[in-house]
Amino acid sequence: MMIQAPASPAPPRRLSFEWLGVAPFIIFALMFLAFPTLYLLAGAFIGRDGQFTFDNIAALFTDQIIAAYWISIRISGASAILGAAIGLAMALAIIRGRLPAPLRAAVMTFSGVASNFAGVPLAFAFIATLGRLGLVTIILKTVFGLDIYRSGFNLLSFWGLTLTYLYFQIPLMVLIIAPAIDGLKKEWSEAAQILGATPWQFWRYIGLPILWPSVLGTLSLLFANAFGAIATAYGLTGSSLNIVPILLYAQIRGDALQNPGLGAALALGMVLITACANIIYLVISARSERWMK
Amino acid sequence: MAFLDVSKLTKSYGSNTVVKGVSFGFDKGEFISLLGPSGCGKTTILRMIAGFETPSSGTVMVDGQDITSLKPNQRQLGMVFQAYALFPNLNVGDNIGFGLKIAGVPAEERRARVVDMLKLIGLPGFETRYPYEMSGGQQQRVALARAIAPRPRMLLLDEPLSALDAKIRVSLREEIRAIQRELGITTVFVTHDQEEALSISDRIVVMNAGNIEQLGAPHDIYNTPKTRFVATFVGQLNNLDVTVADPVARTVSLDGQIITVPNLPAGISANAAMVLTVRPEVLSVGQRPGNDVTLNGTVEDVTFLGSVIRIRVKLGHNVVSLDTFNDQRAAPPQRGEVITVTLAGKDLLVLAN
Ligand SMILES: Nc1ncnc2c1ncn2[C@@H]1O[C@H](COP(=O)(O)OP(=O)(O)OP(=O)(O)O)[C@@H](O)[C@H]1O
Ligand SMILES: [Mg+2]
Repeated sequence: MMIQAPASPAPPRRLSFEWLGVAPFIIFALMFLAFPTLYLLAGAFIGRDGQFTFDNIAALFTDQIIAAYWISIRISGASAILGAAIGLAMALAIIRGRLPAPLRAAVMTFSGVASNFAGVPLAFAFIATLGRLGLVTIILKTVFGLDIYRSGFNLLSFWGLTLTYLYFQIPLMVLIIAPAIDGLKKEWSEAAQILGATPWQFWRYIGLPILWPSVLGTLSLLFANAFGAIATAYGLTGSSLNIVPILLYAQIRGDALQNPGLGAALALGMVLITACANIIYLVISARSERWMK
Repeated sequence: MAFLDVSKLTKSYGSNTVVKGVSFGFDKGEFISLLGPSGCGKTTILRMIAGFETPSSGTVMVDGQDITSLKPNQRQLGMVFQAYALFPNLNVGDNIGFGLKIAGVPAEERRARVVDMLKLIGLPGFETRYPYEMSGGQQQRVALARAIAPRPRMLLLDEPLSALDAKIRVSLREEIRAIQRELGITTVFVTHDQEEALSISDRIVVMNAGNIEQLGAPHDIYNTPKTRFVATFVGQLNNLDVTVADPVARTVSLDGQIITVPNLPAGISANAAMVLTVRPEVLSVGQRPGNDVTLNGTVEDVTFLGSVIRIRVKLGHNVVSLDTFNDQRAAPPQRGEVITVTLAGKDLLVLAN
C-alpha cells in the first residue's frame, strides 16, 4: 500500500505576529545603535576636507585626551566597583538578613526612584548639599567644626564625581542583583550549615560564587552607565573636570573647538571601551555559568 | 538512655501549634520513619532536630548531649533534603568533600573519602561531574554521600525520594537502607508514603495533626493499629457496620449473618451499632485452615492487578475488598457471582476513634 503524502502548500510568506512584536526593538536598535555606530566609525576616519584620514584617531593620543579617558575610566571603575560592593551588601542585608520585611519594600522602592535620578537635578542636589556652600558642608563646619573643603574634599574632583555617581549606582546594583539573591535556594545554605559551615563559610564557598556572574554582569553595566553619563558630570563640574563625555560635548556643541571628526573618534573610543567591558563580562560569565543551566 | 531522645517537643507559629508535645526515644543504629499526612508536622520535627527551627518548648538529646540550643553547624548531623540541594557551583567531589573541608580534613584524606563514598553509592568516577549533568536519582545519591562523608552522629532525611519517579524511588530506598545498615548510622526518615515507611523502617512514628498516634515496628503498626487513624492511614482497611447480637457470647450481626468476635470489648449493650475493621488480606474466597467465620456475598467488582486480584464483595449492605493471588489455572470470579468469604474471627478489629 502506498501512503500518499498530502500535497503541502508552500508556507505562506508573511511576517508572523511574533516578529511584529519585536519590531520596535529591532527598529530602535538599528536607528539608535547600529546606524549611529556606523556613522561614528565612518566619521572618525573622515577629515574636515571630506577625505579619508587617520588624523582624528591620531589626535586621540594627545596628553589631554588620554588623560580624559583615563580619568573617565577611573571614575567609572571606582563608582561601579564601590556601587556594586555597597549595593550587594545592602541587597544581601535586606533580602537575606533578619530585618523587618517592610524595610525591603522601602529600600526597593527608593532604589527604583534613585537609580533614575541623574543629570542636572542630581548635580544640583549635590551642589546644594556638599558644594562649597552646601547645606551639609555648612552644618559640618558650624555644628561639628569640620571643614571638609579645608581637609581636602572637593565636589568638583575625582572623588566628588564618584560620590555623586554612587547615588544612582548603588540603587541600580540593588535593583539588578535582588532577583539573583532571591534565586539562592534556602536548602543550599541549610545544607552548608548542617555540614558544619558558618554563615561566612557559606558565602565564601557557595553563595558568592553562585552570585559572581550576576555581580560581574551588573558591574559592567554600572561601568558603562557611569562612563556615558554626561548630564550629571556637566551639571556638576561644567567644564572644570576633563572627562571624555565633556570633551566630546565640547566638540559637537557649536563653539570654536568644533571638530566633528575628532568628536566621532572620541565617541568611537567610548564605544570600544564599553564594548570591552561587556566582552570581558561575557567571557567570564560563559566560563562560570555552565553549572547554572 | 536512648541515643536520640526527643522530649515533650512543641512548636507553635503564633497561635497555631503544629507539634504538640511529642516525645520518643530511639537506640543507636535504628532506622526510624516519621509517617503522617501532609501538614502533620513531620518536617517541623525533623528541622527542630537539625536545629533549623527553635522548639517552643521541649528538648532534643543526642547521645546524652542536650542539643536543643546548639546551632545546626554545631550538631554533627547529616541531612538530605527533598531535592535540588547540591551546591550547583561545586562538582560531585567537592560537594561530597564539603563537610570534610569545613572540618579541616587535609585534601589527600578528603579525596580518599570521596572515592570511598562514590563507591558506596555506586557512582565511582563521578568526581568531576556537576550536579546539572546528573539525573535526579544520581543527585540524591550524591546528596546522601555528602551527608554521611563527615561521619555524622545521625542522618536526617526529609522525603528524599518524593521528587523521583516510582521505579527509582523503590530501588534508591533499598539502597539507602542497605547503606544505613552497613554504616550502622541512626537515621530519621520523613515520609508520607506508608509503603515506603513500612518497607525500610525498624520503627515507625505515625503522626497526625502534631501528635503521635502510634509508635512501633512496621508489623505492629500494620497488624495491630491502635487507632482508626493509624488503621486507615497505613494500609487498606475494610469497615463493617454491624450490630451487637449477644454481648456475653461476643457475637454481632452483619445484616443477619452472625459472627463471633473474640475482640469485642466487654460491657457493650445488645443491639448497639458498631464498626468492625478488617484488612483485605485477612479475607479469603472459600475455606482456608484457621478461618472460623464464613459469610455469603456477591461479587461486585474484580480488579486484575497482575499477581494479585482485588475483589469487591457485597455482604448485605457492606462492601469489602479482598486480595487473592492470581491462579493461572483458574479464571477469576465473575461479577454477580455468589461466593463464600471466610476469615478468622480474631482478625476482626474494634478500633478506638
Ligand atoms: N514557618 C511557618 N510559619 C507558619 N506555619 C508553618 C511554618 N512552617 C510550617 N508551618 C505549618 O506547620 C504545619 C506542619 O508543617 P510541616 O512542614 O511540618 O508538615 P509535614 O508533615 O512535613 O507535611 P508535608 O508532608 O506536606 O511535608 C503545617 O500546617 C504548616 O502550614
Ligand atoms: Mg514535609
